[in-house]
Amino acid sequence: DSDPVGFDSLDLNERRGRSTDAELDRRDGTRTSEALTPAAAARDEFQEELVIRPLHSGDIYASFQFRTLWDTDFLQEGQKVSHYRLFPKSLGQVLSKFSVRELHISFTQGFWRTMQWGQPFIPSPPGAELWVWFHDTVSDVDGNWKELTNVLSGIFCASLNFIDLTNTVQPSASFKPLGLGNATDHRFLRYATLPREIVCTENLTPWKKLLPCGSKAGLAVLLKSEKLFHSSFHSQAVHIRPVCQDEQCTSKAWELRQTLNVVFDLYTAGQGKKEWSLFKMFSRTLTEACPLATSSKVYVDITDNPELFELSPATPLLSQAVVLGDRRTYSVFDLTRAETFGQLRSLNLLLRWKGDGEMLRPLLHAERYVAGFGLQTGEIHTVIYNNHPYRAFPVLLMDSVPWYLQLYIHTLTVTSKSRDNKPSYIHYQPAKDRHRPHLLEMLIQLPPHSMTEVTVQFERALLKWTEYTPDPNHGFYVGSSVVSALVPSMVAMNTNFTQDQPLFSSFVPVKEESSYFVRVYTEPLLVNLPTPDFSMPYNVICLTCTVVAVGYGSFYNLLTRTFQVDEPSLPLAKRLANLIRRIRGVPLLT
Amino acid sequence: MGLLSDPSRRKVLTGLLTRLNTPICIVCYLAGIVWFMGLAFEPFTLRTYMSENAMGSTMVEERFSSGERALSLAKEFDAHKRKAGGMPVEWLVKAMQSRGLEVFTQSFSRKLPFPDENKERYMVRGTNVYGILRAPRAPRTEALVITAPCSPGNTNNQAVALLLALAQYFRNQIYWAKDIIFLVNEHDLIGTQAWLEGYHHTNITGMEYSPLQGRAGSIQAALSLELSSDVITSLDLVLEGLNGQLPNLDLANLFYAFCQKLGVLCTIQGKLQRNDWDTAEGYTHAAQTMMLMVLKQACGRSWGDHGLFLRYHIEAASVRGINSFRHYKTDATTIGRLLEGMVRKLNNLLERLHQSYFFYLLPSLSRFVSIGYYMPAFGLLAVILLLRVSFPGLCHCFSVSLQPSSPGVLTVLTPVVISHLTGVALYLLPVHLQEMAVEHFPVSETEAVVLTAIAIYTAGLALPHNTQRLLSGEGTEQGWKVLKLTALLYLAVLLGCTALINFSLGFILAVTLVPITASITPHMPKALYALVMVLLSPAFTILYCVFIYQELIEAPVSVSEGWMLFLSVISQGILDHALYGSLVYPLLALFIYPCWLMFWNILFWN
Repeated sequence: DSDPVGFDSLDLNERRGRSTDAELDRRDGTRTSEALTPAAAARDEFQEELVIRPLHSGDIYASFQFRTLWDTDFLQEGQKVSHYRLFPKSLGQVLSKFSVRELHISFTQGFWRTMQWGQPFIPSPPGAELWVWFHDTVSDVDGNWKELTNVLSGIFCASLNFIDLTNTVQPSASFKPLGLGNATDHRFLRYATLPREIVCTENLTPWKKLLPCGSKAGLAVLLKSEKLFHSSFHSQAVHIRPVCQDEQCTSKAWELRQTLNVVFDLYTAGQGKKEWSLFKMFSRTLTEACPLATSSKVYVDITDNPELFELSPATPLLSQAVVLGDRRTYSVFDLTRAETFGQLRSLNLLLRWKGDGEMLRPLLHAERYVAGFGLQTGEIHTVIYNNHPYRAFPVLLMDSVPWYLQLYIHTLTVTSKSRDNKPSYIHYQPAKDRHRPHLLEMLIQLPPHSMTEVTVQFERALLKWTEYTPDPNHGFYVGSSVVSALVPSMVAMNTNFTQDQPLFSSFVPVKEESSYFVRVYTEPLLVNLPTPDFSMPYNVICLTCTVVAVGYGSFYNLLTRTFQVDEPSLPLAKRLANLIRRIRGVPLLT
Repeated sequence: MGLLSDPSRRKVLTGLLTRLNTPICIVCYLAGIVWFMGLAFEPFTLRTYMSENAMGSTMVEERFSSGERALSLAKEFDAHKRKAGGMPVEWLVKAMQSRGLEVFTQSFSRKLPFPDENKERYMVRGTNVYGILRAPRAPRTEALVITAPCSPGNTNNQAVALLLALAQYFRNQIYWAKDIIFLVNEHDLIGTQAWLEGYHHTNITGMEYSPLQGRAGSIQAALSLELSSDVITSLDLVLEGLNGQLPNLDLANLFYAFCQKLGVLCTIQGKLQRNDWDTAEGYTHAAQTMMLMVLKQACGRSWGDHGLFLRYHIEAASVRGINSFRHYKTDATTIGRLLEGMVRKLNNLLERLHQSYFFYLLPSLSRFVSIGYYMPAFGLLAVILLLRVSFPGLCHCFSVSLQPSSPGVLTVLTPVVISHLTGVALYLLPVHLQEMAVEHFPVSETEAVVLTAIAIYTAGLALPHNTQRLLSGEGTEQGWKVLKLTALLYLAVLLGCTALINFSLGFILAVTLVPITASITPHMPKALYALVMVLLSPAFTILYCVFIYQELIEAPVSVSEGWMLFLSVISQGILDHALYGSLVYPLLALFIYPCWLMFWNILFWN
């Protein structure tokens, strides 16, 4: 019952190797040769790659990918992995201690502008996002999750420790494992975002330390924080997953992929002049590859050349790749070869803009906003655009809404082209106050060239006064909603898995030629909740104290006062007589 | 509790209150008026100060320098506006795009309930153009808005041009933490209303508009710019918004702080600040400024484009450039710098503006009267109503009327119902009967609406006198007392609620309504008192306000001009209600006027 509508179309857990007879033959050959070479004994390798893509808006997109592959098994019983070479030990230990099967963590500062920039290679929502598949031997998933977030928070110097059960969900369909394995039981999946997390140098430094060469050599020398954080968009991520060691998938290897995406704004940096170079972007040039890397390449997207820009130095090496449904041509600069650096022994790419870009029409695009005014109710609108001229395709929409927005799920409407569009699958888990957020997942068919609007009303809860943040008038964040889809591709996608494929095109496995996987994050929401005037407690204390003092005082007075009839005092003689009578034990006179 | 308070002493107190009821009421009334007038006296007011820490200590450095370019842009804009015969949408879109903004347009149309003769419009069709400057590395959760209305004729070109120049300058800066929306709206308030409703996806006034394509999260603050000349002598700050809402006082403080810093003359209600508070002229000046604010707030309309933002919990103010005959002139660069400074400070905000006051009166830009100081003035007036309720005769009949078999309740019910039905007629009929009126009388639609309103208002005076006699024969002594008791309580609640939301309106109504309602009985000379009551009725209050307002802005009018203004004020009030949802007209028609009719009924009880 975990797969009620057949998510096969969105299921990405197929082994990537497709064995044919010819490949089987080749496998035998490679295995024998691997066994003989000493390099194979280490069984780990490191690749680095930088893709530079001039965007239509005139901005520059630079995407770094660093991949460490290690043919070992952290999860094997009784076998303790203790010798680390390229793979960072801090992460390896985390993997084995918490029985993590797959881990994806991203820190993003800024919002990816799909309308101007197109699709990113690896999307991520603003703030921090963490999703983890645990091994199915784990008995206490929540416990592991809690500890894991705390450990990761230490490793990445981030506030991941704010992830708790109130913002963790278990999506049933939107987040399938990207690596090997056929897990469908979403009890072992945990997903959380922290939209408010601010990413800065303190997060970049520990991220760089995970690289085999640190920031000493290779592409990582470009990662200077003063430039990276002087940009329109910054996103860094770590993805760990088990993958096939080779084409035939005979053995499993662990892949650590560190990605860093940054978009530079030419407009502010260039003072109107539209040209850039590596030096201008990163204030460094490239002089060498990381000595530990088996491959180290810089790709520059020149598909639009020469209409839009010119690139120097020119390179004879060209590569074609099909990325996100589009065939692109890249100039390749191989840093492991000395001639790349020329006589100056440094590589400084220079690019001059000629044209002016226009707004893109990405095939899939989503945005979200809060409608209405006042502090009692509101309405969340999620608008999903399908800009494909003639193809309809289904998307999975996932919304995780904090409990303090009480969703009226009966007001949920999905409309496309002003007609009701009934989702074919809805998974809704209502929130529990102070324990668990709402989770809403829907499979919606998007008609071609249409705008689909999903609305749901909510009521804003009045929090307890200790539950407000220190800045309650700033508002409360609602994380991005996630739209995952297999978008029909204009060109045939490459379903073959080859080692020499560029890293950026091989992250999400492709299993059919006609479509490609896209994930789109909407903007997070900032919602104001009814906020008491926090100078109020003072007034309240004063008022209640007065009420208590006056009210309680008089009641106390009333209840404890004893009423007596005032008797006239006895004459002296009688009192003396009583004294004597008391001694004698005789009844007293009155 | 009886043990703590002495019953005999309490009896003395009630005795005193009953015996001296009228003198106490008179003293309260006078004290209320004096208190209110005293609010403008400087030693009784507080100096304004910046409460918000994020805007306080760190002064930003302004570097905007393209004022000259803005002025040449204004000429270009003017030429394109003339050529397009309205808003040059395409030119604006291109201009914003070339400055690196994400540009979107919104078209809207609105049919007014009846033609607006002041602005000469009936079927309104227009386009708003807005560009969003995306802040780097910001997740589109917060935004600031700068608007400039695209007005017909020669006005406001400089504002639009300065807006574009600022957009260009802002685009090259890196310190933005919030997206900035530059909005050029057509048809002033109607355009703003359409844009705001589109942005928040609401429809409260029946506007037709195309949905917005681009958004930037929750709007934190807005500034509206009105500028019609190349140089100005002073900047005027306009705060009064719809239904008498005011933005947070920190916004006014921010404006004042930057005017001081850049040496720009700044005014509020068009009045400069004076330093001689201890002279009679100084006090009069402050009192006039404050009275102007009270009058503007009381009328409940939006006095600039900013006023509509307030409903959406967006702090907003209008900055209006004034060019008079003073020698001291300020150029566009300085105004640009002033706006740059304000926007940068707002950009620094960590939370919405909430630290300072939302309820205040300003006798000058550097002095304010907070709610705690002005409320007693109203309280002193409102307490009169309660004192009259405790008048012994009334108290007694109240307890009598509570008995179910008593005829009192029924006799009271009819006048109450009839008064309110008259109110409903006053609210509904003017707009709905305009066609019929135009057919039968030689008047325009607008005149028809206003004259129908006045006719219904007058007819209401004649209506309800004899109803209780039809029902229970002779009007009893007890009957009018119960009615008066009900009416007094009703008025007290009404005024109290109004004053909480819109102090000025509550206070003005209390000043005119309280004396007559407190003293009215059927045993008075009818003709004299009827005249006094009519002269103190809500409609005449509006008339007086029109004259006082004209006097205060130093443009006194003759009686006939005043009458014409009065008519246009009524039509504007009805329009404001239909277009923007202003609540003053329904409040007056549905509640205040029926309540006043109840007292009118008492006068003619027998």
